[in-house]
Amino acid sequence: MKSPIYYKTKKITLNVLIHLFLISVAVSCLFPLVWMIFASFKTQDTIFKDAALIPKVFHFENYYLAWVKGGFGRYFLNSIFYTVSVVIGIVIISSLAAYAFSRLQFPGKNLLFVMFLVAMMIPIPGSFVALYILLNKLHLRNTPAGYILCMINVGLSTSIFLLKTFFDKMPKELEDAARIDGCTKFGIWWHVALPLSKPVLAVVVIFNALNVWNEYILALIIFDSKGFMPLQVALQTFQGEFVTNYPLLMAGLTITVLPIVLVYLFMQKYIIKGVMQGAVVG
Amino acid sequence: MRLKSTLENYLFILPAVVIFFIFYVIPFLWVFQLGFYNWDGILPTKTFVGLGNFKDIIFNDPSWWRSIRNAGFITFIALTLQNALAFLLAWACDRQIRLKNFYRLIFFIPPILSELVVGMVWGFIIRDNPQGAGLINRGLVALGLPNLVRGWLSDKSTVLTTVALIHSWKGFGWGFLIFLAGLQTIPRELYEAAKVDGANAWQSFTKITIPLMVPVVVLAAILTVLGTMQAFVLIIGLVGGEFAGHASVPVLRILASMRYSSRFGYACSQGIIFGVILIVVSFMQYRFSKKARQG
Repeated sequence: MKSPIYYKTKKITLNVLIHLFLISVAVSCLFPLVWMIFASFKTQDTIFKDAALIPKVFHFENYYLAWVKGGFGRYFLNSIFYTVSVVIGIVIISSLAAYAFSRLQFPGKNLLFVMFLVAMMIPIPGSFVALYILLNKLHLRNTPAGYILCMINVGLSTSIFLLKTFFDKMPKELEDAARIDGCTKFGIWWHVALPLSKPVLAVVVIFNALNVWNEYILALIIFDSKGFMPLQVALQTFQGEFVTNYPLLMAGLTITVLPIVLVYLFMQKYIIKGVMQGAVVG
Repeated sequence: MRLKSTLENYLFILPAVVIFFIFYVIPFLWVFQLGFYNWDGILPTKTFVGLGNFKDIIFNDPSWWRSIRNAGFITFIALTLQNALAFLLAWACDRQIRLKNFYRLIFFIPPILSELVVGMVWGFIIRDNPQGAGLINRGLVALGLPNLVRGWLSDKSTVLTTVALIHSWKGFGWGFLIFLAGLQTIPRELYEAAKVDGANAWQSFTKITIPLMVPVVVLAAILTVLGTMQAFVLIIGLVGGEFAGHASVPVLRILASMRYSSRFGYACSQGIIFGVILIVVSFMQYRFSKKARQG
């Protein structure tokens, strides 16, 4: 019979090992971000030569230069504009459709809904080729409107599916009450259904916002003019031009990443829950 | 009155359906149509070539099959290494452990970053002076292993492995959350009952955890394959291009057909072939898992 101390030591050792493992992975997750942020305060001469992680002198002016001279201020506003427009578009269009698919009657309803579902599941690699041609024909290439419409379409199917699932489970009493009070269908959608679906809308908003902010390939093929480019494409072109000013590029990368990380930290509850619930349902 | 009401109902779905038809259905049909033509994307004339593009891709385009093999290699690493790491981490976090929420928060940071940013930052960390900080090689020298030093991203024999590892770093957080969600659905009573019956930790892991996790593992595997086979922006950020084919993947080939050789029809045929491959592979995985579950 082994002594209780043996078991206790064994348990503590196991726990220490598990934590060491978890912490080392966590450090690897944070390291590139930390390295990038410190590098953004270094100078062109020392940025890669200097083995020390933390610079001796912090060059805050890199951010001013990146924002103004590097054009990242413009690209940042472009990214904000695209993200906000696409998310607003998706929320309104997908919630209208999802409400209809859940509550209203019209011929062809099931067929249309199945089409959205199928679109969600079929992968079309290289669909950007056809979108390029389409936008050319519609004279929407190299325009913000063309990009925004494409990105609304990208998020539409999944958002409709999420919202319809939610509306299906929503009790009908409130809507009945609103109808008796003389509310129109659009009034019920706006005053009753939308406010009730806030938890799901949060998931729709966050995931679509992340998706637009991080999108690269469509922006690459749609925009020729630098003035329209969002951050992701601008970062890549910045690197190709002239002799790359690395500290400015690091500042640009930080400007690109920081909003995402901040949103994630504030909304982590919805993001992590969204993924985990999706996993259990799927 | 009823007609008016039905028309009103159609108004709800009208915007979604219009956008869906213009930006999904029409491009989808065009891909299939253009796959049978040669077209440079500019001139109004297209030449019908029938199955010519498909034949060329299947029989005369080694660079295409090489890109599929490369993507297959990255996917293999993601399926094994990345998902094993994700499972281990999830299993470690599924117990009464401190800082559980902290770990969960941190592990999902790489997945929320864009592939391009992840590629670029890791590229600067890995590449040697003067294009990067060369931290891995510096670390190897510091550890007294200078013979392991190499150009991780500039050597054609290591570039694909480096890409696969960084891809796994970016992706394991998804698997981690999916596995953790799965593990949390297993009732604790099962483990306690097994303990009472004298089972040790390993036995309850193989007899309870593994069998109950099969559906979750299959889901994670299908998502990993679909996601990894189609990944390409990470390579643009990390390597800067296809590296003469050493780091090419199918979507980069499609992009090259369209942008650099202006062969729009060919690009569409490549897209169709690749789409079919993806559908067949995920269907096979699904069937295989069904069989495995039935024993």
